[in-house]
Amino acid sequence: MALETGTTWTVYDANKMTQSEIYGAVLCELGEKYPSIIGLTADLAKSTKIGMFEDKFPERFINVGIAEQNLFGIAAGLATSGLLPFVSTMAAFASMRACEQVRTDICYQNLNVKIIATHGGISFGTAGSTHQAQEDIAIMRSFPNMTVIVPADGIETANAVRACVEYPGPVYIRVGRGFEPCYYDREDYGFQIGKAVQIAEGTDATLICCGVTVLQAAEAARVLKDEDGLSIEVLNIHTIKPIDTEAIMRSVLTTRRVIVVEEHSVLGGLGSAVADVIASSGKGCAFEKVGIPDEFSLVGYPEDLYAHYKLDTNGIIEKVRAVMGQAFEEDENWEDEV
Amino acid sequence: MPIDKNEKQRLQEKARQHRTDIVNVTEWAGGAHIGGAMSMADILTILYYKFLRIDPARPDWDERDRMILSKGHGGVGLAAVLGRRGYFDMALLRNFNKFKSPFGMHLDCRKVAGVDASTGSLGHGMSMAVGLALGARLQRKSWITYCIVGDGECNEGSIWEAAMSASHFKLTNLITIVDRNSLMIDGRTEDVMALEPFADKWRAFGFLVKEIDGHDFDELNDAISDAREKRQAPVVIIAKTVKGKGVDYMENEVKWHYGSMNSELAQQARRSIEKMHSA
Ligand SMILES: Cc1ncc(C[n+]2csc(CCOP(=O)(O)OP(=O)(O)O)c2C)c(N)n1
Repeated sequence: MALETGTTWTVYDANKMTQSEIYGAVLCELGEKYPSIIGLTADLAKSTKIGMFEDKFPERFINVGIAEQNLFGIAAGLATSGLLPFVSTMAAFASMRACEQVRTDICYQNLNVKIIATHGGISFGTAGSTHQAQEDIAIMRSFPNMTVIVPADGIETANAVRACVEYPGPVYIRVGRGFEPCYYDREDYGFQIGKAVQIAEGTDATLICCGVTVLQAAEAARVLKDEDGLSIEVLNIHTIKPIDTEAIMRSVLTTRRVIVVEEHSVLGGLGSAVADVIASSGKGCAFEKVGIPDEFSLVGYPEDLYAHYKLDTNGIIEKVRAVMGQAFEEDENWEDEV
Repeated sequence: MPIDKNEKQRLQEKARQHRTDIVNVTEWAGGAHIGGAMSMADILTILYYKFLRIDPARPDWDERDRMILSKGHGGVGLAAVLGRRGYFDMALLRNFNKFKSPFGMHLDCRKVAGVDASTGSLGHGMSMAVGLALGARLQRKSWITYCIVGDGECNEGSIWEAAMSASHFKLTNLITIVDRNSLMIDGRTEDVMALEPFADKWRAFGFLVKEIDGHDFDELNDAISDAREKRQAPVVIIAKTVKGKGVDYMENEVKWHYGSMNSELAQQARRSIEKMHSA
């Protein structure tokens, strides 16, 4: 059945469904196979789509009301009792309101709790800063034992949700709010937690991205090839932690120009994770982080905000051109740089 | 003092206008938390047109009464009443939710004049209100702090932490009003996470409790006047309300927690509001 082949979801379904609807549907499938799965939310069954699981398995669903700290504490207790909790609320509340419960009750005790957080980044841009989560990746990746995944689209969300079931320990999967378009058109491209996916080869520069910026970066690479004759590698680093060090270093050695683009603060997210890897390697390269600067995001529809923060195709093209124009030591001898 | 007939009619008129403004902004914004804005519309009306000691020309006036909308998703309602009271040009509300707008669904006190705290994450406002009330006491100021809390919001433990401290510190300059519309997002409060016996919970936390009809201006007036006089314990007014109040197709409908309206639905809503208080 679907679970074994992993090809249930095609672009046809995915383009009609939001990331969270696909999550809800996949969780229903998983619920059949894994009787230990329990769904939990805090008055956001409808908004996060974990309500689809509630409809199918009402006796395995817990709505704690608007009480996120209680939500994650209860999830920790359920996991301790041997069950497999999937918890959904908005990313801002999972990462900040219940921050200590996630860290101390779940990560410290290394419990098998899967957190699928919706409305990530600035996807709920009109709601303002109380509901925007531009810090969640930074927060979550700082917790020992936590795995952090930011799927590119609905199809990758399906892959990530399936993969996290058998992956031990706490997992945080961040998805968007609305109708983010799909990059992938099928599921069988070899998704593996912790392994970057090279979605375009290139030799002049590397675009590293996750979440909604994957599609935009792929598009930007195409335009830069046509208009500027540039060969741009694109890496989808869906797993921020554990980060794929090998893939990053392969890119650094090949292109020596790295631009990280993410729907997150420039502090502490994928950009910082990649920077850590490069800095620790002792190798040098041109490097640029594109994200939300160290300020609270503006209000607006996500498309407008993505354009403003240069997370869309045009913005990425602009950033790549700037990095290409940067004076940079083209020395091929790496030995002297360590 | 009870309100006379003229005063009541004036408030009803203001409330109709306020509800119409909410419908308009919801239409312009492409969606808003309209249900909960409608349920607290009469509460905001009597606060902003009768009780609050404020001066819209001086939003930072130090002596002003403070009003924290702890259920910050009601921002559409707060913005509408602040605009009408003259804090800013109502025309600015056409830009609600739009790119670079000062107005998001949850109001930012650094961007919108008249907003005393940035809220939207539920369960924060009452603690900030306790802080403001303590601040008034410590600085020997006479302002009163009002705080509007959602009933679903009372699931948050932090509300009860705030309540415990309000009563411990004997904050008689704090008036908490719960918009008891009995609905939240996923259903009825009593089905999702039961609050009852709600009044008893507040009493057990040391509050003087008044249970009133939150759409009746006589009752609202008496309860708030009384709360301003009371000087023994913090007061909570549990205002029984109807989510979506005033718009026939929205009343008590959980799906209208957040909604968008096309021009036809908006027109129907405005007609329904016009008929209010006509009986
Ligand atoms: C901490 C937090 N969790 C979840 C939400 C999402 N949310 C917005 S409104 C709402 C329901 C609020 O219910 P209630 O307080 O009863 O408000 P009302 O029915 O008056 O609109 C929820 C869960 C939030 N804003 N903040």
